Amino acid sequence: MTAQVITVTSGKGGVGKTTAVANLANALAMDGKRVVCIDGDIGLRNLDVVMGLENRIVYDLVDVIEGRCKLKQAMIRDKRYPELYLIPAAQTRDKNAVSPSDMVRICNDLRPDADFVIIDSPAGIERGFRNSIAAADRVLVVTNPEVSAVRDADRVVGILEAEEKGSPALILNRLNPALVKNNDMLSAEDVLDLLGIQLIGIVPEDETVIIGSNRGAPVAADGKSRAGQAFRNIAKRLQGQDVPFMDLEPQGGLWSALQKITGRK
Amino acid sequence: MDFFTRKRSSASSAKERLRLVLIHDRTDLTPEEMEALKDDLLKTIARHIEIDPETIQIGLEKDGREQRLVADIPLRGNARRRTG
Repeated sequence: MTAQVITVTSGKGGVGKTTAVANLANALAMDGKRVVCIDGDIGLRNLDVVMGLENRIVYDLVDVIEGRCKLKQAMIRDKRYPELYLIPAAQTRDKNAVSPSDMVRICNDLRPDADFVIIDSPAGIERGFRNSIAAADRVLVVTNPEVSAVRDADRVVGILEAEEKGSPALILNRLNPALVKNNDMLSAEDVLDLLGIQLIGIVPEDETVIIGSNRGAPVAADGKSRAGQAFRNIAKRLQGQDVPFMDLEPQGGLWSALQKITGRK
Repeated sequence: MDFFTRKRSSASSAKERLRLVLIHDRTDLTPEEMEALKDDLLKTIARHIEIDPETIQIGLEKDGREQRLVADIPLRGNARRRTG
């Protein structure tokens, strides 16, 4: 057995890459997979807080690369899932401390003892992004249904194709079904048509995601969270299972109430 | 949409604007460069055959992730012959 290395990237910042990584890693661990996450955002460490592991960091990625610790020493074990680990980004060092070949070497060292290595890429198309995709077997591009995020996602897809990384799969994050229904948000079909890549998941906008981040407990473990369900489905698809896409008709809340009042539902 | 007469849904406006901007991002061609290219093409074609610049359509089109330059150039000579 050898791990699949998956890089999650986006182009634009703030679209939910880190949340996606934390949730996919948790969902895969819930399915009994051995998962190692790597925070590739040197200088802007974040995955640790979203996963709730910020107090356990002793060594980081750059310590491994510069030989101050062994790879195993920089792997922080998750609180809930004993086969889920995080390798945190270095916080205060210069970005040139990591090279693409370092990432390839670390991932190759991790491959024999894991099922999935998930790399959280920094936003942008510079060094950190190049490092993060160097070892990837598969790339997932996260975007929101907004003009700026879709445009930057297209730029990243173009670079991935030029680098012969193959066609990435799309995670459409923070889709608001009520806005889509009202023709005030790009639909999943619109975004797929524009970007011309395959879809691996649509994550609805969901306040439980923020609550999960606040607590350092990703919503993938929350059975009631719709976003959690969407991430669990993506994790199944990463394992090669054929899971149908969720029905994202607007439900509950003001929109539905208004529709009932106006007799449209 | 029932209560107000909207000009156009904001989603379709977003899609149309993105479609154009992505075509230019992908080809690395600014709208000005595109116009210059069209002019040069028309001049070259007009040196060899008779064309009506008003009827010509040249533009970039998207086919999946591929871009192509598509030109639709009706020929005057043909039209005349057909109509006798």
